[in-house]
Amino acid sequence: MSDIAGTKPALRWVVHLSVVALVALWVLPTLGLLVSSFRTADQIVTSGWWRSLFPSEQNLTLRSAAPETQVLENGVYVIEGQLFGTEDQATISRWGVSSRDVDAFVPGDVAEMRRGGTVTVDAQGNYRMENTEEFTGNRGARIFVTAELPPEFTTDNYQKVLLDESSTDSMAKAFFNTLTVTIPATIIPILVAAFAAYALAWMEFPGRALLIAAVVGLLVVPLQLALIPLLKFHLNIGIGKGYLGVWMAHTGFGMPLAIYLLRNYMAGLPRDLIENARVDGATEFQIFTKLILPLSFPALASFAIFQFLWTWNDLLVAKVFLIDATGQTTVMTNRIVELLGTRGGNWEILATAAFVSIAVPLLVFFAMQKYLVRGLLAGSVK
Amino acid sequence: MTPALQGLLTIAIGVTGCVGYFYLSNQFLDKILFPPRGPNAGRNINRANMIRPWLFLFPAMAALGLYLAYPVVETLRLSLTERVPGGGYRWVGLDNYTQMAAEPKFWEAMRNNMFWLIVVPAMSTAFGLLVAQLTDRIRWGNLAKSLIFMPMAISFVGASVIWKLVYDARPAEQDQIGILNALYIFFGGTEPQTWLTIPFWNSFFLMIVLVWIQTGFAMVILSAALRGIPEETVEAAILDGANPFQIFFKIKVPQIKTTILVVWTTITITVLKVFDIVFAMTNGQWETQVLANYMYDKLFRANDWGVGSASAMVIMLLVTPILIWNVRNARKEME
Repeated sequence: MSDIAGTKPALRWVVHLSVVALVALWVLPTLGLLVSSFRTADQIVTSGWWRSLFPSEQNLTLRSAAPETQVLENGVYVIEGQLFGTEDQATISRWGVSSRDVDAFVPGDVAEMRRGGTVTVDAQGNYRMENTEEFTGNRGARIFVTAELPPEFTTDNYQKVLLDESSTDSMAKAFFNTLTVTIPATIIPILVAAFAAYALAWMEFPGRALLIAAVVGLLVVPLQLALIPLLKFHLNIGIGKGYLGVWMAHTGFGMPLAIYLLRNYMAGLPRDLIENARVDGATEFQIFTKLILPLSFPALASFAIFQFLWTWNDLLVAKVFLIDATGQTTVMTNRIVELLGTRGGNWEILATAAFVSIAVPLLVFFAMQKYLVRGLLAGSVK
Repeated sequence: MTPALQGLLTIAIGVTGCVGYFYLSNQFLDKILFPPRGPNAGRNINRANMIRPWLFLFPAMAALGLYLAYPVVETLRLSLTERVPGGGYRWVGLDNYTQMAAEPKFWEAMRNNMFWLIVVPAMSTAFGLLVAQLTDRIRWGNLAKSLIFMPMAISFVGASVIWKLVYDARPAEQDQIGILNALYIFFGGTEPQTWLTIPFWNSFFLMIVLVWIQTGFAMVILSAALRGIPEETVEAAILDGANPFQIFFKIKVPQIKTTILVVWTTITITVLKVFDIVFAMTNGQWETQVLANYMYDKLFRANDWGVGSASAMVIMLLVTPILIWNVRNARKEME
């Protein structure tokens, strides 16, 4: 069949443009935060992040070198230097020496200074001040410039958030805590669920259909219901709040989806394969470990991604089962919420912290998208 | 012991424990309890095969029972009792429910939840369907889908930070750093708006965050469904002179109706559980309360387990029709 949209070129353009618009709408918010995490606190609050991608014209107040650096040339006192520190920082379009008239001159002009003498500034920011008398005072003269500044980014925020141990904004500890929660909470349920899924898919026993129905039902039970009863239970058996509790909770909450996904996949494996193995005298345990597990790799991978994303991104379960009063076991999502509350204005820390926490799932997402999509398609109850 | 080491140890113990349990229990069954030899070999094999499924199922069923089934019952019990100072519980009947029904915050949460339940599934499904259809036949469709799918990987908390920057407001005389206010000013608005504090509408600004996350999910499922439509039906429609819109609404959509329903209900469940977004962005202030956050407030801030459990039961009640529908469908499919 030929392309329907292709029958009308105008419609084809509309399709392309709409998709571009939709993608932009979906990507821009994230891009904004990513760009912001590479800007200084000052930059973030003074201009929108979208401006930082292009060279921007800004009014800057700069200062010449102090009078003590002056030299005597042919009877004239001279101070020379670079306003930006190094060349190629910016291109000056206008400049001035008074705060009331900041764009009085173009590069190359010579201006009279209020405290005596003259000054000239070129487009690159090199200046030369001349005076027949000695320059006095201990600070340099103010020079106002209107300059085209190239985009400027910094990785300081990441250094502060990730590497600076002493900083109160450090996410390093929370990062490792999150990892500590996530990895066992991903691996253990897979194993437990895989055995159960095999029994539900390939073993005959009374009550099987009922159990499968129960698993489907438990898929949608809101975990809100579990918070108090299980916290009580954890406190009663003495594990209290901590890693063990959060691992167990995640294992329990992930179980219905794990069993459901794996059972559906295993039930679809060819019957001959399993029956041949049985005829050849393999035990159920051998069939499971040697045959079913390797063949179910795609389904195992799908669930592993789901569980990883879910445990990494979780806030509620960690708040209830893990984080105690000492705050030593805080996870990244919780740190970010704290930052949002107490330091709502510190966008550079907030943006960077958020991006550190988003980066890992995004990496997993793009690397293993295939399995994620496959799992979604198998996992939505049809 | 450092937590990292503890984690590694847990993985080791957990994995060897699991494998060990399954291996040893099977060995015990086959070698000691019902060995397939001797005079009763046949009977023993049958008995072993009757018990074996339960060996495989036991750990998973224990986890399911303890972490999901038992809490439903226990929460119901807690919602009908009151904690007595000094320990213990007292039966109070429906008192917690009547107390909850008298609270304006509860009804605010209910009202907002109703809007969430309508708007988020509808918009996510609509956008998902739109993207799935539009990207179906363009060359860079997969890239576009990938980018729209991406927010799925982002946590609700991360998304809250992302959107808080979008909604940021600066005083009128300064440059706006939130893109929404920048656009608002650009298109003629005079005063920058603090979007998250405008009652009623602010809930919709929170919903946008969830729509943004869930659209990718809807798109992936619906895109697969659209591809599954038999080409003949579309070809026949073209031969009959249908225009692209008629083909989409009259041929394609009716054929993927059940999938749309599945997507809709799945997102509905996510909506009922939504907690992080409201917690992180407004914490229920400015009339943005929702049930899940109301419950968290009651349980962990007011420390009122009775009313907290009652509100959890309300969430459970709202989920129940979907639960029944899912179970029915699953049973139908297995037959």
